[in-house]
Amino acid sequence: MMRFILRRTLQMIPTMLAVILIIFVIFSVVPGSFITSLMSEGRNATNAQVLSHLNEQFGLDQPLPVRLWNYLSGLAHFDLGISYRTREPVWNVIEPRLWPSIKLALCAMGFAAFVGIPLGFLAALKPGSVFDSGTMVVAVSGLSLPEFWFGLLLMYVFALNLGWLPSFGYQPGSIRHIILPAIALGVGPMALLARTTRAGVLDVMNADFVRTARAKGLAEPRLVRSHVARNVLVLILTTMGLQIGALMGQAIVIEKLFSWPGIGSLLVDSVAVRDIPVVQGAVLVIVLWFLVINMLVDIAYALIDPRIKVS
Amino acid sequence: MLTRLSLMAMLALGTATAALAQDATPKDGGTLVFAAPYGNSITSLDMTATPHTQDEIVGKALNRSLYKWNPDSGKPELDLAESVEKSADGKTYTYKLRDATFHNGDKLDADDVIWSYNRIADPKKALPAAEQVLQIAGVAEFQAGTADHIAGIKKIDDKTVEITVTNLADPGWNLMSNYAPIYSKDYPEDQLASKPNGLGPFKLANYVPGSKVELVKFDGYYETGKPHLAKLDIMLMGEAAARDVAFRNGEIDANVLGPVQYEAYTQDPTLKDQILEVAEVYTRNIGFNPKIEAFKDKRVRQAINHAINKDVIVQKLLKNKAYPAVSWLPVSSPAFDKDAKAYAYDPEKAKALLKEAGYESGLKFSVTATDNESWGLPIVEAIIPMLAKVGVEVTTDPVDGSVLSDKILSDNFDGYIWSNSSGPDPLKYLNCFHSATSQSACNYVKFANPEFDKLIEAAGNETDPTKQNDLLKQANNLLLEEAPVWFFNYNKAVMAYQPWVHGLKPNAMELAIQDYEDIWIDENAPATRK
Repeated sequence: MMRFILRRTLQMIPTMLAVILIIFVIFSVVPGSFITSLMSEGRNATNAQVLSHLNEQFGLDQPLPVRLWNYLSGLAHFDLGISYRTREPVWNVIEPRLWPSIKLALCAMGFAAFVGIPLGFLAALKPGSVFDSGTMVVAVSGLSLPEFWFGLLLMYVFALNLGWLPSFGYQPGSIRHIILPAIALGVGPMALLARTTRAGVLDVMNADFVRTARAKGLAEPRLVRSHVARNVLVLILTTMGLQIGALMGQAIVIEKLFSWPGIGSLLVDSVAVRDIPVVQGAVLVIVLWFLVINMLVDIAYALIDPRIKVS
Repeated sequence: MLTRLSLMAMLALGTATAALAQDATPKDGGTLVFAAPYGNSITSLDMTATPHTQDEIVGKALNRSLYKWNPDSGKPELDLAESVEKSADGKTYTYKLRDATFHNGDKLDADDVIWSYNRIADPKKALPAAEQVLQIAGVAEFQAGTADHIAGIKKIDDKTVEITVTNLADPGWNLMSNYAPIYSKDYPEDQLASKPNGLGPFKLANYVPGSKVELVKFDGYYETGKPHLAKLDIMLMGEAAARDVAFRNGEIDANVLGPVQYEAYTQDPTLKDQILEVAEVYTRNIGFNPKIEAFKDKRVRQAINHAINKDVIVQKLLKNKAYPAVSWLPVSSPAFDKDAKAYAYDPEKAKALLKEAGYESGLKFSVTATDNESWGLPIVEAIIPMLAKVGVEVTTDPVDGSVLSDKILSDNFDGYIWSNSSGPDPLKYLNCFHSATSQSACNYVKFANPEFDKLIEAAGNETDPTKQNDLLKQANNLLLEEAPVWFFNYNKAVMAYQPWVHGLKPNAMELAIQDYEDIWIDENAPATRK
């Protein structure tokens, strides 16, 4: 197991390097820079001396390969660089955003799993029924809904009309503040989980071993619990792993709408002002999150299904 | 036109009066939840390190500068100084500092002022706020590395500081800036961005990056009996739709409105009575690049001004949340000439001018624009058919904010549409059109007119305020005649506020920047605010 974890960890390095290289190349060809973003409001002219010194301080006057080398050298010492915008170490900018992002991703996935998996299961147990059709309509709608629109709808209904929940904001210990953004973010994965679970359950239900178990007189609840659920779990886990890994990056719109201080909104704000070190740091965190979650899912496979060896 | 201008002036005055009329007997205590609408984050809690309005909204609560802007008089006035004496030559100012205390208990003295301005100007620190102290004598040498400090600031005694400036302009216009606050020389500089230590009415209690800034009343604030509020929460809310829900739900106490919301709020009987409006000192315009041959001819520039029906755009697209522009300086500027006439919508005259200039067969150019609803692509799309009628073909060059300024500063545009500061100091902002002002400073259209230069130089050397104002008025009218830009509109900033909130001011510099120490909430506020 340890060898597997070590191997997967080492495999992350080329992925991360590729990400760094891509970001460097993208931001070297797109127009606009941190320096010009200082004047983007058309309000305050910035002294030419200041602009020149900023360029020098942040090494923006150096050629791209030199900047890339400096960045990689820093990274080798776990140094993500200095934010152009806040002039703080990048990690200090990212760190406060990390837990809110993880919390939102986990809550959104919790909602998706809590609603999506039972819905998919129940729909598959009665295929072709009104419940099945209704569930699939909900699933397709959930996948099609624009997050921004759905988030606003939730705000109008649950905050403005019913007054049950706050419409925005972040309170570290508050469950009430996370409910609406988590639902808005989780509705897509919920729909996907419902569809995946339904398809997986239907598939397993038609498998030979299930037919055999049923022929042997195994009660339906026990059949579902012991044979169907266990076999579908790997599929569900794969879907959940991919979704939860992607949620941190997908939360941009929801974070901005609900004023949620996550990595996604930081990334957007940093791109707008071309704060490249923070963009790189945020993307690296998102990629790392995705890779780690997927590694954990792979490990979980072995725990769920002994036939799967981590090797 | 006169009637319209009078109405505009009355509106500005009327809203100001309405806002002041709220201030009956201020009540102490309670919490104000204020929304900072220009994004979901702030750059820094050190105001000297940022040029962004979003940060200034927070900075105004934390810090104080040597001067402050008075939204009622429309002029800078002393803030951290009790009195000032001007030398006979009009270039040396001696300030007597008031007794004021920093949030950490340090007392304000002359060394703090000297240290703060030297720090702002220090080229090694590369602070955007350096722009605000350029007028002080010796800053140029300090920045160039030929001096190790600003020669133009001297300590007379602990409470007296002398500042020499390079021209006759009132330094208050620059030193009132919220980006040039006075900090304590003894406070660790590396903590200014995270644990600010200012002289303002509120001190930092909690900062959640990307979400909110919580501030509490500073008991040592120099103004007796202020601030009235016990707590001030500034929520970082860039999404207008989210702010709308939060405001209607009573979760925030003030909401800066866009054109669509402005229309909805003014038609809603429950909201329309709590709206504050002001003509802000921003001029929205399309700048013409003279590197395009046609734009070298003022008749072409005038023709474009005649060919566009800006009144219709302001009414239909901006839902009247703007004042059609006459010239560069906004209606609230002291140098605005109320007798000046804006370019009338007259396509025939436009055609005639184009013919006269040799462009009878038409011309083509692109306009670089962001997606801003009030001065971006929607506006360019609206003018395309209007200009097509006179034979001018316009294409769009869509970009984001950072690229817009990048393209302008690198002279990589035909035309651009932007919202630029045009006040409050008419001399400073007209000086942007002086031929000696570089494109990267603020002469984005590389305007060069010897007559205009003479007027600006004369105004800069004029000590009589009335004569100076007259010169500036002439310069502004010359700009109108020369039409280096399409004069589109002056922003009408609009803020909706809850009925329990009092003391908001129609700040023409930026409505979202408020004198928080004067704001108070009454007994009708919900329990969460008391």
